[in-house]
Amino acid sequence: MLAGGGLMISFSGLGKLVSSENIDLKNVADEWNEITGYIKITPDNIIKILNPNPEFGQNVMTSLPMIVAEELDVDWKKVIVEMGPHDNVKLGPQFTGGSNSVRMYWKPLREAGAAARQMLRDAAAQTWSVPVDEVTTKAGLLYHEKSGKSGTYGEFASKAAANPIPKGIKLKDVKSFNVVGSSSRNVEGSKIVTGKPLFGIDSKVDGMLIAMIEHPPAFGKKLKSFDASETLKMPGIKDVFTIKLYEDGFEQGGFDTRTFNDLLVVVGNTTWEVMSARKKLKVTWEQITESKETVAGFRGKTEVVIPAELETTSAQLAKMVEFAKKPAQQLRRDGDPETAFAKAAQVLERTYTAPFLAHNCMEPMNFFAHVTDEKALFIGPHQAPGWIEPTLSKVLNMPADKIEIQMTRMGGGFGLRAYGHYMTEAALISRKMKAPIKLVYSREDDMTYGIYRPMYTATYRAALDANKNLIAFHVKGGGIPEHPIHANRFPAGAVDNYLAEGWAIPSNITIGAFRAPRSNFNAAAEQSFLDELAETMGKDPIDLRLELLKRAKENPVGKNNEYDADRYAGVLKFVREKSGWNNSESKKYSRGVAAYFCHNSYAAHVVDVVKKDGQPYVEQVFSAIDCGVVINPDAAVNMVQGAVVDGIGNALYGGLTHKDGAPEQNNFNRYRMIRHKEAPKKIDVSFVKSDTDPTGLGEPPFPPVFAAVANALYKATGKRYYDQPFGKHVEINSPRM
Amino acid sequence: MATINLNINGKSQVVDVDPKTPLLWVLREHLNLVGTKYGCGIAQCGACTVHLEGNAVRSCSVPVSTVSNKKITTIEGLSENGDHPVQKAWLEHDVSQCGYCQTGQIMSAVALLKSNPAPTDAQIETAMSGNICRCGTYLRIKDAIRSVNTQR
Repeated sequence: MLAGGGLMISFSGLGKLVSSENIDLKNVADEWNEITGYIKITPDNIIKILNPNPEFGQNVMTSLPMIVAEELDVDWKKVIVEMGPHDNVKLGPQFTGGSNSVRMYWKPLREAGAAARQMLRDAAAQTWSVPVDEVTTKAGLLYHEKSGKSGTYGEFASKAAANPIPKGIKLKDVKSFNVVGSSSRNVEGSKIVTGKPLFGIDSKVDGMLIAMIEHPPAFGKKLKSFDASETLKMPGIKDVFTIKLYEDGFEQGGFDTRTFNDLLVVVGNTTWEVMSARKKLKVTWEQITESKETVAGFRGKTEVVIPAELETTSAQLAKMVEFAKKPAQQLRRDGDPETAFAKAAQVLERTYTAPFLAHNCMEPMNFFAHVTDEKALFIGPHQAPGWIEPTLSKVLNMPADKIEIQMTRMGGGFGLRAYGHYMTEAALISRKMKAPIKLVYSREDDMTYGIYRPMYTATYRAALDANKNLIAFHVKGGGIPEHPIHANRFPAGAVDNYLAEGWAIPSNITIGAFRAPRSNFNAAAEQSFLDELAETMGKDPIDLRLELLKRAKENPVGKNNEYDADRYAGVLKFVREKSGWNNSESKKYSRGVAAYFCHNSYAAHVVDVVKKDGQPYVEQVFSAIDCGVVINPDAAVNMVQGAVVDGIGNALYGGLTHKDGAPEQNNFNRYRMIRHKEAPKKIDVSFVKSDTDPTGLGEPPFPPVFAAVANALYKATGKRYYDQPFGKHVEINSPRM
Repeated sequence: MATINLNINGKSQVVDVDPKTPLLWVLREHLNLVGTKYGCGIAQCGACTVHLEGNAVRSCSVPVSTVSNKKITTIEGLSENGDHPVQKAWLEHDVSQCGYCQTGQIMSAVALLKSNPAPTDAQIETAMSGNICRCGTYLRIKDAIRSVNTQR
């Protein structure tokens, strides 16, 4: 009946929250016995678990140590959590992206906890001269029932730490978990609400200078010349100079993405002094010439064309219309779509567009660097320091073991902080100044630097026979400078004749991952199209999807279908039930539904729009998610609620436009962000109860929000919304403050 | 440069800075009170919210010379042990995601509850709409503020 035959359970409210913040470290002996790379225990039985992965608000500081604690068998309330050092050998891949944190650490952290528990049992068995099988554990204590002996983990930690780490230890049955699956508060909650220096931008050491970069005011421009004489006269200013980020011919790694290579740097004592002095710079910029770059990404080397054009949004949109008519790269073909469209009784064709999006992390990009001849220290916010370290090593001509990177809590990331240009910039500035420096981007620097979510478009076509059966499906998508299409996702596999194509227009506007890359557009377009298709076919929009998913399960078309049709249908049925999809209570709302699969998880939303002061307003949302085992239920609810708010905000207001290469929005007075009064009153989140290994959660709930909003707006206004942000076509919600 | 006397969190402080320097940067870089955050610099995001004579202000847009000897409270001065009822409500509702904006949110919430101990939802929404949360924790912020109200 429901996905995986499992029970469905809904988490709501706070549940039972525990905290590990109530330990006074002042009275703890500083004798930590390290057991596996992740666990440290003192003789006093104080247990510390290291979080390996960068924290940007997805709450891995809490959820990952919970996984260790589960297998280690300790009292979570007594665990101290600490951010681990950057050490890919000891602590794994250490990157935050692709909703991978829990997914990729699930097994290694369970194994680390289980291995440590085994080492402690071995140590106790040796000391007590009893068979290890008879040694049991409970909440940080070891027992031998027959002899009545017992002791703390701490008493045996030193002995256990001396033994090699065993492999292949049996893991607990998921059903017996008591830490994983119970809600725990954010372990850094108290530090956050008291304003402790947790973030990279809070870094400070004696003698540290502040650096800021003046980058070109437009994409397609570069530095020609500058006069810093007035700037240098300003109080607190130490130096003004240019740096070249990469030398000519430098082969970039996939996350070295940088927009501007010749950078004008102002260094001074304090941020305000540097900000003020920048205003006195006299700079001449010139247009670039077309160039080619080689980028060595995960999928091998690619050559990228960087055109010289100064781009303007209206011209970009016109160019997308022109390119959409040209032949494109075929990404998937099933059956004979051309013939099916030719003989169709009816064809539905719709085109969707979406703008560039700026990530707008609340903490602007920044990094601390102290580079000397011997070594380099970096402190700051980055989603994947290990991806940038090889670049730092090359640029500084310094072996990686002389480079130390300390990971701070990030004030948001959303994909932008996977790119490391600002770490390299900080390195070069520190080397030049022979001093510790903190590079700080102003909000304007941050918003106008690039690495945006690309500008996208897609045209969807559906062919119906005389009985309104769906006989063919075609998507042709493009973008600046990449296409969005995931060719092997639903409804691929559910339609006999299927064609997916993609095309791209080169640009000098740089792009990067943005919460659920490509999916965040595909879901918006495809799930809006399916809504209109269902209407054309005279079907309920959930029923149409379920029929297609039934087909994809029972008699799939093609072999390479990425999604599990049962789990996809499961979240749709679940959200239908939770929202009371067609019940009388729901009639007072204009309802829209959408679902999507990405990052190995499934999400469905029902969005309810009402008229408030005569304008449409998203008042409530029901969300159903299948991400396998949920580690920290209340925090998972928080993440989904945040994704829903983020989705509504970007769907209605998000967008960065350009005029002659220059971004037309450079701060929050022009780039509209969703605010308190525009957020829904209620977001009801339900998780499919599952024993399946956990998959992504940060990204999957985000993409389908856009379409659910569009589909609900259609019900509210009678108009379909094809072009994001929808707010530019209709006065939505209350006017901004 | 000018010598300016400040009253911050009940303590007298003297700084020697450009009088036009925004209070935000004096707090962060001269007094090491980094709980007050830089977000936009133009009073649009609320991350830098502090109390000036009990009222919420955006410290990024307040020149330090204009607040000499006036009573300023930052997140660090809100409570002795992080146990102000609003801070406790934030923990009880496990509000934070990335956490960067939350000190500003808390300072706005405290100022709201001081002037209006039992705000309606609409009053909460209006008073808090100057504080952006990029992670989208608005519902929990509202729940936390409501819970402080009902505890009274």
